[in-house]
Amino acid sequence: MTPAARRYVGLAVFMTPAALWLLLLIVLPHVDMFLLSIRSKAAQGTLGLANYTRFFAEPIYWNTFARTATYSVLATLLTLLMAFPVAYFIAKVAPGRAKSILFLLCLLPFWVSELVRTYGWMILLRESGVLSGFLVWTGLAAKPVEMLYNDVAIMIGLIYTSMLFMVVPLVTVLDSLDDSLIEAAYDLGGTAPSILREIVIPHAMPGIAAGCIVVFMLTLGNYLTPTLLGGKESLWFTEQIYNQFIVRFNWEQGAAFGFLLLILSSAIVWVGLKVTGQTLASSIQSR
Amino acid sequence: MTAPIDLEARDVVRSFGGFRAVQGVSFEIPKGSFFSILGPSGCGKTTLLRMIAGFLEPDAGEILIGGRSMAGIPPNRRPANLIFQHLALFPMMSVAENIGYGLRRRGVPRAEIQRRVDRVLERIGLPGTGDKQIDQLSGGQKQRIAIARCLVLEPTVLLLDEPLGALDLKLREQMKVELKLLQADIGTTFVYITHDQSEALVMSDRVAVMSQGRFEQVDTPQGLYYRPRTAFVAGFVGESNRWQAQVMAASGDEARVRTTDGLELMARTSAPVVVGETVDLFVRPEGITLARDAAEIGALANRLAGTVESVLFDGANSRVLVKELQTRGEVTATLPQTGRFADLTPGQTVQLGWGTGGGLCFGRGR
Repeated sequence: MTPAARRYVGLAVFMTPAALWLLLLIVLPHVDMFLLSIRSKAAQGTLGLANYTRFFAEPIYWNTFARTATYSVLATLLTLLMAFPVAYFIAKVAPGRAKSILFLLCLLPFWVSELVRTYGWMILLRESGVLSGFLVWTGLAAKPVEMLYNDVAIMIGLIYTSMLFMVVPLVTVLDSLDDSLIEAAYDLGGTAPSILREIVIPHAMPGIAAGCIVVFMLTLGNYLTPTLLGGKESLWFTEQIYNQFIVRFNWEQGAAFGFLLLILSSAIVWVGLKVTGQTLASSIQSR
Repeated sequence: MTAPIDLEARDVVRSFGGFRAVQGVSFEIPKGSFFSILGPSGCGKTTLLRMIAGFLEPDAGEILIGGRSMAGIPPNRRPANLIFQHLALFPMMSVAENIGYGLRRRGVPRAEIQRRVDRVLERIGLPGTGDKQIDQLSGGQKQRIAIARCLVLEPTVLLLDEPLGALDLKLREQMKVELKLLQADIGTTFVYITHDQSEALVMSDRVAVMSQGRFEQVDTPQGLYYRPRTAFVAGFVGESNRWQAQVMAASGDEARVRTTDGLELMARTSAPVVVGETVDLFVRPEGITLARDAAEIGALANRLAGTVESVLFDGANSRVLVKELQTRGEVTATLPQTGRFADLTPGQTVQLGWGTGGGLCFGRGR
């Protein structure tokens, strides 16, 4: 065997698990889903885009999607706003040992399953919950307050779930920012806001983009948190997909919705990258 | 010669925890001079520089720039700018944006910034590079852009934190000359810190040698080399053969000493010594005369014979390592430029000699 051929064999051996994973768990199901989505449930055997046009024809569907997308963008931005100071503190301010402890504290909630974490929020927010009880006890509220099953509750849950996925890429990218750049800017007359705007954020941009993509995708595709914290009226798009598959047993429609979610969310990410002048490659490398 | 004082330190002290990094340093730097602070790593020079720049506040003492006390004034409002060891150019900005950063922060109008950036680029010999990105520049160009970024703000004092350290040897030699010429041309006061004695000696008007948080000696480069006042300066600046010795006889500024390995030598003293005192004796390799015949050096006060151990040929800076016959101790001597000793090989016997003034000894106290 020539060295080149040997190298290809070696590459093939190492790539096989990843290739199998991609093919069997990502490509095949999606091909099948796509085939399913262009079939009609009513008229068996006919192919067409009827399942897709229905999404645009029925206001409830695309309204739900628009609401989900808007809230996901909002949740992403709020997560960014909250995670940035945390990440900055961990990467630049905290001394050596405190750094890893703080990082661990961010990680800690993720040792518990998402379901349990969400129930934790329900215990806090429900009418007979901790927060409500506290308000009554202090006399700030006359009777117990229901704080679950509204959009704010959904937002809290989503941001809480997403925090780590924003903090990690931000810490990585801020760690790679040379402290002397900040000092140099300060020495040349920069003030804290201007240094943040002109030095820190431009440097952190790939990490910001990476974190935002991950958080946006996770939020948009989240089913558990909106359903549990938002209740029946949460109107999250994943719920529509679930309904089609499980409640109505309309797999064809559900598959079409699944594809629409994939396409539309990809489009939103693409627009976001274009607007901020980032590339997907730079945000994936994120250093 | 009464140039106004641009930078002054009065008994500046700074500690970290229990460690006293800078202990009572005072100096005055007249306007337009090139001042270097030379010392080994950990001697406190970086701490001192960061206090001048404003990143650290002194625990005690005072720093004045242009006659104004800098106590409590943050770095962004001090008339001193710092060139960082790794330059710290902003990679997210073009060359012109880098240089214009400080002016933008001062609210200078856009057209004026453009004009001043062009002018400073012209001055450092890089006209028309304003649109380049930082990673398109060579090491020497980056160096000059970093200087331009500070100079455009017309600081009273320009601080440089070993900016040549990261360059390769050839470029470093070239930048040394360039920096000196640039400083002479623009007339801004430079404060340069380094652990490289050659950088300090070549560029500076005056050099402060720093050790363990104190200034050992502040002098011209020539003064440091020819008239070191402490053993540390004698050992740190230039090369030296070094012996520990005891004073046998002393008269005026001359002494006869006996080294611990038994050589009796004549030397100059920097401060009066007494008989029996332990001293450090320094003899520069370039002060030693090399001869094949003892008669050639008969007039010199100190004469040793030895065998050549190895020849360290390095062009103009060639030396020979000689094993002294009597004590088997090693002595380094500089090879003369004439080529008379070009055929010197290990094992040959040579004569070494130097006058009383070639050796300098410093008392250690009794």
